[in-house]
Amino acid sequence: MFRRSFAGLAAAALFALAAPAQAADDFIIVQSTTSTQNSGLFDDLLPKFQAKTGIEVRVVAVGTGQAIKNAANGDGDVLFVHAKPAEEKFVADGDGVVRYDVMYNDFVIVGPADDPAGVAGSSDVTAALTTIAQAQAPFASRGDDSGTHKAELRLWKAAGVDAPAASGDWYRETGSGMGATLNAGTAMGAYIMTDRATWIAFGNKGDYQIAVQGDERMFNQYGIILVNPETHPGVKAELGQAFVDWVVSPEGQDAIAAYKVDGQQLFFPNAGE
Amino acid sequence: MQPDTGIIAAAMGLILSGNADLIEIVGLSLRVTLSAVILSCAIGLPLGAAVGAWRFPGRGVLAVLLNALMGLPPVVVGLAVYLMLSASGPFGPLRLLYTPTAMIIAQTILVTPIVAALTRQAIEDLQSEYGEQFASLGVGPVRRLSALLWDARVGLLTVALAGFGRAVAEVGAVMIVGGNINHVTRVMTTTIALETSKGNLQLALALGVVLLGLALVVNAAVMAVRGVSARAAHA
Repeated sequence: MFRRSFAGLAAAALFALAAPAQAADDFIIVQSTTSTQNSGLFDDLLPKFQAKTGIEVRVVAVGTGQAIKNAANGDGDVLFVHAKPAEEKFVADGDGVVRYDVMYNDFVIVGPADDPAGVAGSSDVTAALTTIAQAQAPFASRGDDSGTHKAELRLWKAAGVDAPAASGDWYRETGSGMGATLNAGTAMGAYIMTDRATWIAFGNKGDYQIAVQGDERMFNQYGIILVNPETHPGVKAELGQAFVDWVVSPEGQDAIAAYKVDGQQLFFPNAGE
Repeated sequence: MQPDTGIIAAAMGLILSGNADLIEIVGLSLRVTLSAVILSCAIGLPLGAAVGAWRFPGRGVLAVLLNALMGLPPVVVGLAVYLMLSASGPFGPLRLLYTPTAMIIAQTILVTPIVAALTRQAIEDLQSEYGEQFASLGVGPVRRLSALLWDARVGLLTVALAGFGRAVAEVGAVMIVGGNINHVTRVMTTTIALETSKGNLQLALALGVVLLGLALVVNAAVMAVRGVSARAAHA
């Protein structure tokens, strides 16, 4: 009796394994970042693309650093991230075909309402960062090699502050995604640099407000790249290219511009400019 | 969702709303976890029983190893499975990465040591009780395993449930190998992680309550089946 039920269990397991995940094969995998996913942009954009082409887009949303590594392993058809130098290296290494500008948004530095470093209202990011460092006010960094983390490190460098040297003191590296860093940073009263899209859509703001914004050095450019089918034979080049083409087409660009949360436009299309 | 809504009430609201997305996510969670537990039992029960009942060189080392593997970190398992299934890994051509099958594989690796280690302990205890009888009756090694497993079935049900608990609550491995892709590989735990990262803490907690409820239903169902079969056996 035991053996019979045992065989039944094994058969059930094999059946579960064998059951196809999805019947259709018309899908691509896009390696992208948490900001595009958490802001809700993909939920708005992808159904429009699928309605037009019938191609299903499956998004893996991780930090830019991890997304690039995954794509460089051939685990994705399209890369859609925001770290231009790293993206250009990805293409130069032969992992990507061509990089296109897609859109931009900007970074902001958010802080608690009592503003311990006194930087609220500033539009000079390097001056603000210097003030935060001098005041030794807590600052929560992604610390995860993401696009936002890379941009933040560039700004510290421009300010002439070696913030990572204070890691564990007032400079706190969470080593996590944007949302997790916002949750942790707001809980510890720290300043946090975040992309505006994630901030507007974030649901746990507490008493936090945007402290620093409007500096053109906080410009956050997104790019899209077809993973190179010559170096990665598994890439669905035709379907992936269709998605790239649509995103940079007037139709895709209009769809990006039309996406709003709380009446605010989150991403500004700038393909081909 | 209002911040002052009770978490339990919010969870009940989620369940009662019959939200199609939620049903899909719960369904996938159950499918992945139950498949992994069934596979783990298929491997872990005979393996654990063999280590518990048979005498062979290296048996003690194997027992320690199984016990140690119960502490496998899910993220490490996820990474290892990712490297295996990646397009640039040895099993890349199977194209299993970012599918529910990949998640089942990762969870099976996590759960099998738990099933095997706990089974070994249960069978070893029984073996010391029945060993002499088996020897005097001249029962062969394979027959002995099935007899011991059958006799220990009630305890082994709890072993399977321990495996289920580990799998259903696990997020690190399925996040990496599944990719948390909407409508494809999104399960309860990865949804909770996603909502937390969006700052939707109320919703995340409510989903956690739903997950807990799911585990309760599965455990209650298994115990009910056990009760019925025990009564049938004594009837």
